[in-house]
Amino acid sequence: MVKNFEFDSIVVGGGGAGLRTSMQLAGSGQSVAVISKVFPTRSHTVAAQGGIAAALANVSDDKWLWHMYDTIKGSDYLGDQDAIEYMCKNAAEAIYELEHMGMPFDRNADGRIYQRPFGGMTKNFGESSISRTCAVADRTGHAMLHTLYQKNIELKTQFFIEWIGLDLIRDEDGDVLGLIALELQTGDLGIFHAKNTIFATGGAGRIFQASTNAFINTGDGLGMAARANISLEDMEFWQFHPTGILGAGVLVTEGVRGEGGYLINSNNERFMERYAPSAKDLASRDVVSRAIAQEVLEGRGIGANKNGVYLTLSHLGEELIDEKLPGIREISIKFANVDPVKEPVPVVPTVHYMMGGIPTTLNGQVRDGVKQKEVNGFYAVGECACVSVHGANRLGSNSLLDLIVFGKAAGQHILDSSKGKKLKKLPNDVTKKTIERLKKIDSKSSLEDPRELGEELRAVMQKHCGVFRFPQLLNEGLVKVNELKQRIENISIKDNSKVFNTARTEALELQNLIEVALATMASAKNREESRGAHSRSDYPKRDDNSWLQHSLYNPKDGSLAYRPVKMKPLSVKSFPLKERVY
Amino acid sequence: MKISIYRFNPDKDKKPYNKVYDVKRVDSDTMLLDLLIKIKAMDDSLSMRMSCREGVCGSDAMNINGKNGLACVTKIDDLKKPIVIRPIPGLPVIRDLVVDMKQFFKHYDSIDPYLKSKKPPPKKERLQSPEDRKKLDGLYECIQCGACTTACPSFWWKPDKFVGPAGLLQAYRFLVDSRDDAKDERLENLDDPDRLYRCHNIMNCADVCPKGLSPSKAIAGIKKMQMATKKPKFKTLKKIFHVQESKK
Repeated sequence: MVKNFEFDSIVVGGGGAGLRTSMQLAGSGQSVAVISKVFPTRSHTVAAQGGIAAALANVSDDKWLWHMYDTIKGSDYLGDQDAIEYMCKNAAEAIYELEHMGMPFDRNADGRIYQRPFGGMTKNFGESSISRTCAVADRTGHAMLHTLYQKNIELKTQFFIEWIGLDLIRDEDGDVLGLIALELQTGDLGIFHAKNTIFATGGAGRIFQASTNAFINTGDGLGMAARANISLEDMEFWQFHPTGILGAGVLVTEGVRGEGGYLINSNNERFMERYAPSAKDLASRDVVSRAIAQEVLEGRGIGANKNGVYLTLSHLGEELIDEKLPGIREISIKFANVDPVKEPVPVVPTVHYMMGGIPTTLNGQVRDGVKQKEVNGFYAVGECACVSVHGANRLGSNSLLDLIVFGKAAGQHILDSSKGKKLKKLPNDVTKKTIERLKKIDSKSSLEDPRELGEELRAVMQKHCGVFRFPQLLNEGLVKVNELKQRIENISIKDNSKVFNTARTEALELQNLIEVALATMASAKNREESRGAHSRSDYPKRDDNSWLQHSLYNPKDGSLAYRPVKMKPLSVKSFPLKERVY
Repeated sequence: MKISIYRFNPDKDKKPYNKVYDVKRVDSDTMLLDLLIKIKAMDDSLSMRMSCREGVCGSDAMNINGKNGLACVTKIDDLKKPIVIRPIPGLPVIRDLVVDMKQFFKHYDSIDPYLKSKKPPPKKERLQSPEDRKKLDGLYECIQCGACTTACPSFWWKPDKFVGPAGLLQAYRFLVDSRDDAKDERLENLDDPDRLYRCHNIMNCADVCPKGLSPSKAIAGIKKMQMATKKPKFKTLKKIFHVQESKK
């Protein structure tokens, strides 16, 4: 059965970015629907721990310009300076709005929002660490997501919950006219015909074996965009968070180091002093992750396999840990069998965040391919988008900020620009390709098992595209992922029932993961330099002469094109290129 | 290791049944969810919800050996064998371990779970003292997994009327927020024999909460506020036995 819906705007994804966008649109007289694969508060924003950055200056003097500099430096100069200015300048207002909605921020003694130090966040252009990250204990994402969902309840936003997006609807002009989605509870298809389609589908960390990401982070938006021939930007840049729990992969916030925790190797040495003499444990994430990987390579790892390091925080005392890091204590006891009040937590760099994504303008409008023309009716916000504020490496506590600043910007742009806009006619046979794909999955024609292929894919990505990247491994990896792509086109499931068939969902997700993996591997193989999170053994240095440019992966033929980094901010002077030292 | 799992697929099954799986456990399998994922690999027809696998998203609440909990933070070693898994009780089963949570969320919506402030907000943040902020601890952390509400006999009895522990915990979170100006309105909204007073302090909610919260304490707090601020319209003893009257 196919159900038909018409809306002015549809938001695909119910995490922080999607809910901030829908909030902007709701109450404006527009008809809006949020379509989400999971109940909105189950979205992965919920797992963000440490906080959200903004130069509120609640603890010490601070300026958004300093935040801007830190973000540019953190991005290893690959972030676009106009987008970064926009985000940092609008950060404080975005935080105050969250507070006005009721977000339960921690407070200073004077009643203002509590802020903690975070990696790469400094005062006076790199002078020393600064408290800029606004926090709700170590549950900031949870508090933010629930607050945004609650605001949407107040505004009576319409939700389609447990519907998974399958394909974008694009007409022959290339305009986006909505989405084809599958209702999990019934197995029915829905055609969502809309003037504006906003993707807020989140990340895709599940292309890797060891990931802090939730099971739902399967790059559905990127898969749909790729199938609709929309280029993906900067996909070689994946953030490895320095402190995932060894073995389990569960995230331990950078806020631990912000509050004074530090890393030690098997010799009990605070090794970050060697790698980042000034910022030490609060250097940016790519730097800390590489340092840990180096310690492990040189035999100073801890644990049975000597493949991690310790994060120690017992010196902070039980009282502070229980007040500021209660979730970390809970997680460490459950997943690492250690109580951080007494013992250090074994950690290892773990895939955490996708810096790349669907290319967009500052208004969230999707930019198509090399021509950089905007796609009519199509927006992307949050982790699935690449605006690009994070460049080659995201600073901790800038991701929650990205969601709300650009979620709002996209919503506002839609309101400002869609007056008088009419629904275009849907193309004929709009569901044809989608139905063919679904039939194939149901056909039982092949012996290709989605679960096995998923495991294979994750193993290949883990081995061939890790913290350090090697030319031969990248070459082989690309061949392997291409082979897997062929096989994944032929997957089929054993159980063909309609109602809440999660085997079907997982098969569909795998067809999105493979698009992300291919884009990642191809972009990584092509970029012959080391920048931010992309670190190559054969090109160990940043090469601004050749590579100060964004990768644009074309999913149609796997080719790559490039566009220059925007070095010109909106209103302030450009921050010139510098060597990046912490 | 043997695990018995409740199965029901409305496409195929006339009646629910329990299926026993024999799954090999390895060292890296620590949580119940690890085993369920293995079973799903053997039998892809098994349906359940899961996402963050670290106890913050609230997807994988289920009834484990008779007690509600989250599969992702329930240690295999802590469970009596053979393990028996059923969906959380009191809500319609969609399929296998997946229940229909519409009713649960309707109650959540019914308490107006958002801040109501009558004053226009200041340019910056509203001020809140650390002491006032502390009052929200133990309340705002709820993950809406439904373990508490579906473990509550009062909810089983009146699922369409009793707001349930999760919804009431949330109501209390806004009642004690120093920034909220709608205390009277919120208390009136709950001044009802079924919506609030159906709670009889059985305390299953606090017992099962995977986040260690106590909805029971929050409910007692609401009742106390009802008594303190004004005379509740609803007189407990009388109307419990004359439910019809309260509808007038």
